[in-house]
Amino acid sequence: MKLADIVSVLDATLLVGDAHLDREFEICRGSDLMSDLLAYFADGGLFLTGLPTLQAVRTAVVSGVGCIVFVRGKRPPEEVVALARNEDLPVLMSPFSMFVACGRLYETGLAGHDGQR
Amino acid sequence: MDRLKRTYRVREGDFIQAGEASIHVKNTLKALNFQGALVRRVAICCYEAEMNLVMHGGDGTLTVEISSEDISIVVEDSGPGIEDTERAMQEGYSTASEAFREMGFGAGMGLPNMKRNSDAFHVDSALGRGTVVTMGFSGEGGVHE
Repeated sequence: MKLADIVSVLDATLLVGDAHLDREFEICRGSDLMSDLLAYFADGGLFLTGLPTLQAVRTAVVSGVGCIVFVRGKRPPEEVVALARNEDLPVLMSPFSMFVACGRLYETGLAGHDGQR
Repeated sequence: MDRLKRTYRVREGDFIQAGEASIHVKNTLKALNFQGALVRRVAICCYEAEMNLVMHGGDGTLTVEISSEDISIVVEDSGPGIEDTERAMQEGYSTASEAFREMGFGAGMGLPNMKRNSDAFHVDSALGRGTVVTMGFSGEGGVHE
């Protein structure tokens, strides 16, 4: 599924990543536990979190995440957006809760990080 | 390629900088055209180590040496040391502070994850004399996809 479609499914605001709207995503993870993200490979997947922090972006970059989504309408501070822009990591902000955002994405056919449905 | 060596200073409690060194290492390896899976393993190990320094390490250093044959990471700190290294290697065991847990860390996955992602792994620590973690990775020939 293209990033542009994910933006629409999540009713999201694209904060970083204009150049990546055609990029395809197949897997997704949702967690506020950075340790969990680091424990499993996340190559090119979506990463949903409620923590709009520098560490969330750095964890995403290190684990190879393809796009980070801040849920519950949490607008990340400017330095967080700047870091993501600098690392060319797309960032979305969605008004939906983690549960609803995951549910909407699941409905479109996205799978978990290990391909499970 | 020539052997590259760089040492990064990491300060305890510095959450603003935490992770910068690891991203620099990752971008360096990417620019040198190392394979994606290897870059990711090294970056994850660096990052886990760097966060441990920020969490527990007093002031410490992360030294990375890169050649086309192998990559090594040596992490040295002046922290309190690990009382029971065997226990610290168990997933789920952590002495991280509440503040750190709120940031999504301190789940007790760091050392086991470093071991899993490296080809060679060693912890040398004792109470009162800090900790040295050494990790090795084989280069292009030893990439695990």
